Amino acid sequence: MSPESTSAGRPALGRAPLLLLLPAALAAAFLGVPLVALLGRTPVSDLSKRLSDPAVLDALRLSMLTSLAAVAVVTVVGVPLAWTLARVDFPGRSLLRAMVIIPLVLPPVVGGVALLAAFGRRGLVGGPLYDTFGISLPYTTVAVVIAHAFVALPFFVLSVEGALRATNREYDVVAATLGASRWTTFHRVSLPLAGPGVLAGLVLSWARALGEFGATITFAGNYPGTTRTMPNAIYVELQDDPEAAVLLSVILMVVSVAALALLRERWFDQAIRGGRG
Amino acid sequence: MPHLDAHVVVRRPGHTLDVTLQADSGDVIAVIGPNGAGKSTLVRALAGIVPLTAGHVTVGGRTWEADGHPRLETRHRGVGMVFQDGLLFPHLSALGNAAFGPRSRGAGRRTSEERARTWLDRLGIADLADRRPHQLSGGQAQRVSIARALVGDPELLLLDEPLSALDVGVAMALRLELGRHLSGFGGVAVLVTHDALDAMTIANRVLVLDAGSVAQDGTPSEVAARPRTDHVARLVGLNVLDGTSAGTTVRLDDGSALMSVTPYDGPVNACFTPAAVTLTLDEPSGSARNRWRGPISSVSPHGSAVRVHVETTSGLIADVTPESAAALGLVPGRQVWASVKATEIRVYGSRS
Repeated sequence: MSPESTSAGRPALGRAPLLLLLPAALAAAFLGVPLVALLGRTPVSDLSKRLSDPAVLDALRLSMLTSLAAVAVVTVVGVPLAWTLARVDFPGRSLLRAMVIIPLVLPPVVGGVALLAAFGRRGLVGGPLYDTFGISLPYTTVAVVIAHAFVALPFFVLSVEGALRATNREYDVVAATLGASRWTTFHRVSLPLAGPGVLAGLVLSWARALGEFGATITFAGNYPGTTRTMPNAIYVELQDDPEAAVLLSVILMVVSVAALALLRERWFDQAIRGGRG
Repeated sequence: MPHLDAHVVVRRPGHTLDVTLQADSGDVIAVIGPNGAGKSTLVRALAGIVPLTAGHVTVGGRTWEADGHPRLETRHRGVGMVFQDGLLFPHLSALGNAAFGPRSRGAGRRTSEERARTWLDRLGIADLADRRPHQLSGGQAQRVSIARALVGDPELLLLDEPLSALDVGVAMALRLELGRHLSGFGGVAVLVTHDALDAMTIANRVLVLDAGSVAQDGTPSEVAARPRTDHVARLVGLNVLDGTSAGTTVRLDDGSALMSVTPYDGPVNACFTPAAVTLTLDEPSGSARNRWRGPISSVSPHGSAVRVHVETTSGLIADVTPESAAALGLVPGRQVWASVKATEIRVYGSRS
């Protein structure tokens, strides 16, 4: 809700102070101007030419594929992790939650280096994997998905855990008195009640994966067709052809904003509250 | 062997619940007591939601919980539970809520919904089957929640203040109906309430809890007429007379007759509050046709009023103002007339 409508809605409280409204306007402008500038510099004339450029299409296709694959991975492992954090009492739970949050604050490049250390050819997990099966993960499309999932998982888990915590735990008790096992309770009661949180988590984690750059370029490289996602392509084009970079950026922005529009305000609120819980 | 045989001991920092409870099939036990007496803990322990510190719970000859015995999880116990605020699953329809139990216990969708529909019908809300909880009134929601608890044919029905969140009028209507369903219920029902009227009208036994232990255990009229402690008297605080009603005349067990305004035929409890009783020194000549004469057995302060016990056949409680207590010279031993207007008397079909 904007400050204006709040003050209009509660005239009894008096005018909203300028001391708050002016910095608020400044902040809004600070966020809005770059987006407007980006749109203003879009080379509309060669839009169709650029959009049919195979390199652009490849990057877009790869970005869609890897970000959606990452969201699938995140969902499959993230829901159980969120449920465990929200519903099971065990020693070290706060430690586990801290671990979930770390990738959120970790610089993406550092995340990429950490992934190399874990899944690289001589990494903690990657070493044995390569020696035994000859599988090498870095600089492959799979590596892109791993990098995306790594940065997106915390968003998803926090959102879903918050939603699970926000639902009345007495419903679990009710379900038990009705003969439901914990599994039945989970998928027939807890998960549906946490639905908005799960949806918010899906959109947030997808948007995060779509924009991922640092961890991806470090862990997966920047090879056209296999690991050059949209952000990687923008980075490359910025050096060769800034106009193309602007166009790619606009495309990515439109996709992200469309995702945001899918989120209704309340889902967003819930996700944010969950992130703090 | 009683259907329910339990010794519930739950120790918590600061207070201990220690209650022995035995009941036969068909018993409806009202558990009353002040907040913090352990009423909810008792039913939660019976349901297995709260583990026992010591003691045992045996239902229908099967041990649910005891020392040296594997503890039966809540979901494997044959309980049905009705919660104070209903706690209907908000994402399921009334039918979905009522069918949840059978479905969780492995029945098919069709069978479960058929059983659920039968119960919704019995509670008079079959037409609301497709409504979501937020589209139901408080009374309707609590009916769904009662149906949901009864669908699984529980051996033990636990009702934790099922009426206390409802408006007075709605609660009154549902109380009568609940009484009817409970009288047809084959298992043991335990009804937690803070309302003496629930206890007196629905239950055939009253268990008064105070600070974690049983202060009194008896039939509603016993507990109301002969409260063992002042504390119980304050809690119960209701006159209950047993009798048989024909039309609006209630023939009391002591031979006298009582006029009510509720037509009913059959055995009844006639209830009225202590405040509805008028005390006079001379025989009343007004419209009050229900009158008794007897000596005062005790006079004690009760809130801003004075509570007077009159020794009639079944014993009466009257609340009078301190002014009239002084004016009438109400002291133990004094003969007084007690009278009640017919409109103040509530008549409920009793269970024996």
